[in-house]
Amino acid sequence: MENSQEYQLQVKDIHLSFGGLMALNGVTTGVRKGEIFSIIGPNGAGKTCLLNCINRFYHPEKGQVIFEDRDISEMKPHKIASLGIARTFQNVELFAHMTVLDNIKLGAHVHLKSGFLSGGIYYGKSRTEEILLRKEIEEKIIDLLEIEHIRKQVVHALPYGLQKRVELARALAMKPRVLLLDEPATGMNLEETEDMARFILDINEEWETTIILIEHDMGVVMDISDRICVLDFGQKIAEGKPQEIRLNENVIKAYLGEEDITYSRLGA
Amino acid sequence: MDILIQVIVTGLATGGVYGLIALGFVLIYKATSVLNLAMGEFMTLGAFVCLTALLQLKAPFYLAFILTLLMACALGFVIERLILRPLIGEPIISVIMVTIGLGLILKGLMYMIWTPSFRTFPEIFPPKPLLLGFAVVPSGLLWGFIFAIIGTIIFLLIFKFSRTGIAMRATANDQQAALSMGISVRWVFALAWCFGAMASVIGGIVIGNISGISVYMGDIGLKVLAVIILGGLDSIGGAILGGFIIGILENLTGLYIDPLIGGGAKGMAPFIILVIILMVRPYGLFGKELIERV
Repeated sequence: MENSQEYQLQVKDIHLSFGGLMALNGVTTGVRKGEIFSIIGPNGAGKTCLLNCINRFYHPEKGQVIFEDRDISEMKPHKIASLGIARTFQNVELFAHMTVLDNIKLGAHVHLKSGFLSGGIYYGKSRTEEILLRKEIEEKIIDLLEIEHIRKQVVHALPYGLQKRVELARALAMKPRVLLLDEPATGMNLEETEDMARFILDINEEWETTIILIEHDMGVVMDISDRICVLDFGQKIAEGKPQEIRLNENVIKAYLGEEDITYSRLGA
Repeated sequence: MDILIQVIVTGLATGGVYGLIALGFVLIYKATSVLNLAMGEFMTLGAFVCLTALLQLKAPFYLAFILTLLMACALGFVIERLILRPLIGEPIISVIMVTIGLGLILKGLMYMIWTPSFRTFPEIFPPKPLLLGFAVVPSGLLWGFIFAIIGTIIFLLIFKFSRTGIAMRATANDQQAALSMGISVRWVFALAWCFGAMASVIGGIVIGNISGISVYMGDIGLKVLAVIILGGLDSIGGAILGGFIIGILENLTGLYIDPLIGGGAKGMAPFIILVIILMVRPYGLFGKELIERV
């Protein structure tokens, strides 16, 4: 067992059920600072549920979520963002009727200090803040994610691959310390998937952001992850480096069924 | 010809007021997906509170006005907190039924406090009508129109440019994403109710000034329902334009149809329009058309 002190974000013994269905059954794991940590598992294994527990969309019946030595299990969901935990969604959840830039600005919402009134009249402190913020957003995020050409466009008209990228940009605008990515490469073609993997690596390196990734594309997961956690039916069945996971018997079982079937499928 | 222009000008002025109240409906609907059928009673309550402040407390108009706005703000917050929040997640039809009940309760309370007698506002605005050359705008309508337009513009600017407004739009668009951006959805709901109530009390004061106050003034709320369904339930621009259209059509009907059938058509016109719109464009002129992709 590793020393839990070194984890930046950890979940302890999370139980979550919907009616009689155990979605998460005592999951314990943790992420170190600066890691790319992937969560994989068959459909319905509880991956997204785990993310939803971390940023408080779901309230687990039992268990704790600890972020930088602070128990955040009872925190309100909108407070999580100001702690520095940002996320993207499995099905793109952008503000569809706003422009790309407005969406990104909303991500920076949590970092604006000026109050309700001065924010309302768009003056003084609020104004300078806005200009500074804009610069930072424009230069860094838009450059990094290569969305310069679409910044003024309304989101709902964009192709899916770009929408996913805008969602990532919006999450980044929160300058998160931990970024939760729920299937960022789903529904993308090969080129887009490679771009996405490159962006994730760039963010991780340049911004030193810890990344928790859910992804079904095993190529991406094995390439970029530092560590992988495998869930099946709400339970953790393995955790470790990509090579270890690739050879783990439990994982192979979960993905391909019982051993003898696996052999027959592999032609052995 | 002259009378036609006169009627259109009157219609525009009334329409501005409808637009403001419609804006109140739309603000609440957009943010929280609740159609607040107690809006008319909010309006009446605003008019009564303003009148009481003027007559009983002998407050100058601007003070009475601010007091009424504060009352509306508090009313919005309290109703959201005590009545609407526990209903989050309940079927939308129950929530709308609750707002009808709320309207009736408010009406009853006003009946008890202010009695059903009809009252008029003291003279607040200079009584001189505006002469446009081709038409005359009565003082009450003129000032009502000015108030409504200023109110509408302020709400629009807040909604469009302020951070609070952007947070409200974001919440209307996607609640989950708004939460993950650090926007408190509950706070936005409360604000929407507070803004909606404020818009409707301004409308109440204006209409009270033009045509007097009674407990039954709130029935105008139903007419404004026709306005927002015409404009599209979730469109702010549609609410304002819808206000003008209904205002003008209503007055035109009064001019041309009423003499033919011996009166009554003016009051019916908005609802006949409502029925026709629902058949032709169920989502209104600018409403969001829901398309389900399968």
